[in-house]
This record gives sequence, structure tokens and C-alpha cells, in this order.
Amino acid sequence: MIQNGSRMNPLAAIGRSTITFLINIGRVVLFALSTICHCLQPPFYFRLILRQFIEIGYNSLPIVGMTTLCSGMVVALQSYTGFAKFFAEEAVATVVVISMLRELSPILTGLMVAGRVGATMAAEIGAMQVAEQIDALTTLSTNPYKYLIVPRVIASIIILPFLVLIGDITGVFGGFIIGIYKLNFNPASYIFFIVQYLEKIDVITGMIKASIFGFLITIMGCYQGFNARKGARGVGVATTNAVVTASIMILLTNYIITEIFFIN
Amino acid sequence: MTNIIKLRIRNLKKSFGSKVVLDGVNLDIYEGKSLVVIGASGTGKSVLLKCIIGLLKPDSGVVEIDGKNVISLPSYEREACMRKFGVLFQGGALFDSLSVWENVAFGLIADRDINRSTARSIALKKLAQVGLNEDVANLSISDLSGGMQKRVSLARSIANDPKFIFFDEPTTGLDPIMTNIINKLIVKCTRDLGITGLLITHDIGSARKIADRIAMLYHGKIIWEGAVNKIDTSGNKYVNQFINGEAELR
Repeated sequence: MIQNGSRMNPLAAIGRSTITFLINIGRVVLFALSTICHCLQPPFYFRLILRQFIEIGYNSLPIVGMTTLCSGMVVALQSYTGFAKFFAEEAVATVVVISMLRELSPILTGLMVAGRVGATMAAEIGAMQVAEQIDALTTLSTNPYKYLIVPRVIASIIILPFLVLIGDITGVFGGFIIGIYKLNFNPASYIFFIVQYLEKIDVITGMIKASIFGFLITIMGCYQGFNARKGARGVGVATTNAVVTASIMILLTNYIITEIFFIN
Repeated sequence: MTNIIKLRIRNLKKSFGSKVVLDGVNLDIYEGKSLVVIGASGTGKSVLLKCIIGLLKPDSGVVEIDGKNVISLPSYEREACMRKFGVLFQGGALFDSLSVWENVAFGLIADRDINRSTARSIALKKLAQVGLNEDVANLSISDLSGGMQKRVSLARSIANDPKFIFFDEPTTGLDPIMTNIINKLIVKCTRDLGITGLLITHDIGSARKIADRIAMLYHGKIIWEGAVNKIDTSGNKYVNQFINGEAELR
């Protein structure tokens, strides 16, 4: 009776949810710390790291390219509409460059990779967990962290900055296409404005963001996969959680990094 | 009969929350012999196996392998200990991203750091020992039937020439003919190669064919243990109920 009563008490329910939430945060942090330790110790499975470069980097190129190209085009169109009211159309190139390099390219790349790769990791590792394949790894003298997680983490941290760099180029190129063919800018002056406002720090912060996003995406994907409950539903829930938590963490971390680098 | 105890389990306990699964299990397994642990579904047979091979940490108790308590070992020593083990999981637990021979050779490549061509030739020998020829070596796991997957899993478990081999419900989900084939292969791999075996199952037919000794797990304790030919005269009502498949106790 007491248990039933406490279950119906909204304050007790909030308390329980808060404790569960904090426990989960603690587990993720421990998982991340353990992964970092394993990343620093041999053995390293270079063949698997190479495979992850292809899976995470090369196979994500089309979706990242398309997303950033379209975003660059939209930013050019929208900013032209706004700036035309103040007779400041020449600022279009500047806005496209700054918004793509600082924010849109890292964020969109992070979210796209979280959706594509984070979900795949959670589903793959979750299915392995359910099928006892992770237990089998342990019995075959193979540390599952080193075999399954470390290659994914290392590959993500290294390859995501390059994906963002490509996203920067395609995004700015998208703005250029709209500027030249739709808004009738002079190509030479458009490129002049791009180069004038292109700063090294914007490119570097975008790449730093990408590395951190890569770490977050793989940690959340692998953590959810490792902790998937048995059955098809368990794997499905793990996949959803991986994408949702990684996306939220990307958005939060992006704000924190922007605050550190640009608001001073 | 050799009287050297290779695996000694004393007062092994494991609970999940308030649910007590293992409540002081005691077992001895002799060198080169096979012990089969029988028991109804959900009695903790798989938990017992996982505690022995180190996939679960018991709450208390002793698991001695060759006289050394392995529960308190640090992880690197525990990993070295794992090299003595071969494990056949209930569902096979084969890696579906790898081919058949890569599955069999997985432990060899990971553990001994030998080159792939040598590992492949060893894998082919092990596949031949379980009745599979070279044609299946390059197939994907999803191309194999359930019985073939069990054979590949058996080949993987003996690939490292283990001193101990553990079987978790090896015949579950197989037809009677394939069950018999797998039973014979297990006997061949344990008796002929002199490997010490522990098998957990609820298939009494398999237990009779494979075991030198049988132990029954009930409510977290071993309630009966004896030679395989003594099981029909055990005098234990729970053992009798289990081997006769009766719905209620007599």
C-alpha cells in the first residue's frame, strides 16, 4: 500500500526520474572515461579503424555534401531577401561564409552523422549484445571495448573534421551558385567578399567542434548498443536513444564551444 | 579414471537485486571428464556458466581453475586464463560480419597474433574435425543452417586447443538427427581430445550421451550429483521429475 501510495505521489515520481537520470549520466561518463583509457592503450586494430574511416567518413560524404550544399543555397537566398531592404546585398557572401563555417556546417554534419552512423552503431552493437557476440569476444581473449568501440571513436574523432571541411566547401559553393546564377552577383566580387571575411579561426573552431561531436556520437551509439535490452524492441529503443541523446548533446556542446570561442 | 580436479567451485552465490539465482553452488570437475549440469529453464544454469567463465562477477564464492581462484584475478590475468577456455554459446554467437573461416580463426588471430594464411589453414582443419569441408570456409554465417552454425561454433571453441570447453545448451532448437550429430561431435571433441568439459542443458537425452557425471541445479543449489549411469536410481524426487518430464512431483 505504501509502495502504491508513493508511486502515485508526483513528487516521488519526479524524484525517482531525477535519480534515474543522474544514474544514467554517471554510467555514460564512466563509459566515456573507460573508452578514453582504452584509446590510449594497445592493442590497436588498424584494419578496423580503416574500415570505420570508410563507414563513417566516405559513406557519409553524399548526405553531408547534399545537406550543406542546400543549406548554403538557402542562406544565400534568405540573407539576400533581408539585406536587400537595407541596400546591403554585398553582405550575402560574408553571411554565407560565416554562418556555414562557424555553425551550419559543423552542426548539420554532426546531426547527419548522428542520424546515419550513431544509429548504425547502436543497432549493430545492440544486435551483437543480444546475440551474445560481445560475450563471445570476451571468451576469445578480445576486449570488446578495444575491438568494437575504440576503432569507432578514433575514426570519428579524426574523420569528422574532414567531413566538416568538405561541408564548409560545399556550403560556400552552394551560396556561390545562388549568388552568381540567381542573384546576379559578379563572380569576382563574390569571391573577393568570401576571401576577405574567411578567417582561420572559423575553420579551426568548426573542425574542433566536429571532433568533439564525433566523440559524442560514437560514445552515445556504442553506450546504447552495449546496454541494449534483449529482443528487437530493445535494439530499436537503443537506436532511437542513441540518435536523440547524441543530437541533444551536439546542440548543447555547440552552444558551449561557441560561448568559449566567440563571446569574449 | 583421473582424480585430478581441474575446476573446483565452492559456495558460489549470485543474486540480481532481491532474486537469488545461485545460492551456494559446489561442484568439482575432473581432468578430461565431462560434467553436465541439468535443470529446468530459469534455474540459473547460464548464470552459473557465466560466473565460471568470468562474464558475470559472483557475489561470493570460489572458482578454482588448476588450483587458482580466478574470481579475484586482475583483468590481464583473467584474460590469460580465458585462453584455456573454449565456449559454445546457446545461439552460436558467431560474428555475422566475418566469413566462416574468420570466425573459427578469430581467437587464433587475436590471441596468438599469427598471420592470416596460417590461421586459415588451422581453421580448415578444425572445420574438418566437425565435419565441414573447405567449401563452406568462405561462406557468410547467414548462408548456413542452424546445425551448420552450431558446428562452426564448435570448431571455433576448439580452435585454440583449449584445456576446458563450456557448452551452453548446445542442442537447443535443433532437430533430433542434428542433435545427435552435435552430441557425437561434442563427445569426440572432449573424450578424444581429452578436454575437460562442462555442459549445461535441459535436454536429458544429450546429457546421457555426453556426460561422465551429471549434476542437477534446483533453486540455486546442486541437489544431486553422480555418475551418468546412476541418474535413474538417484532417489531424488526432483531429478526423477526432471528426467521423466513430469508436470508435477510424485
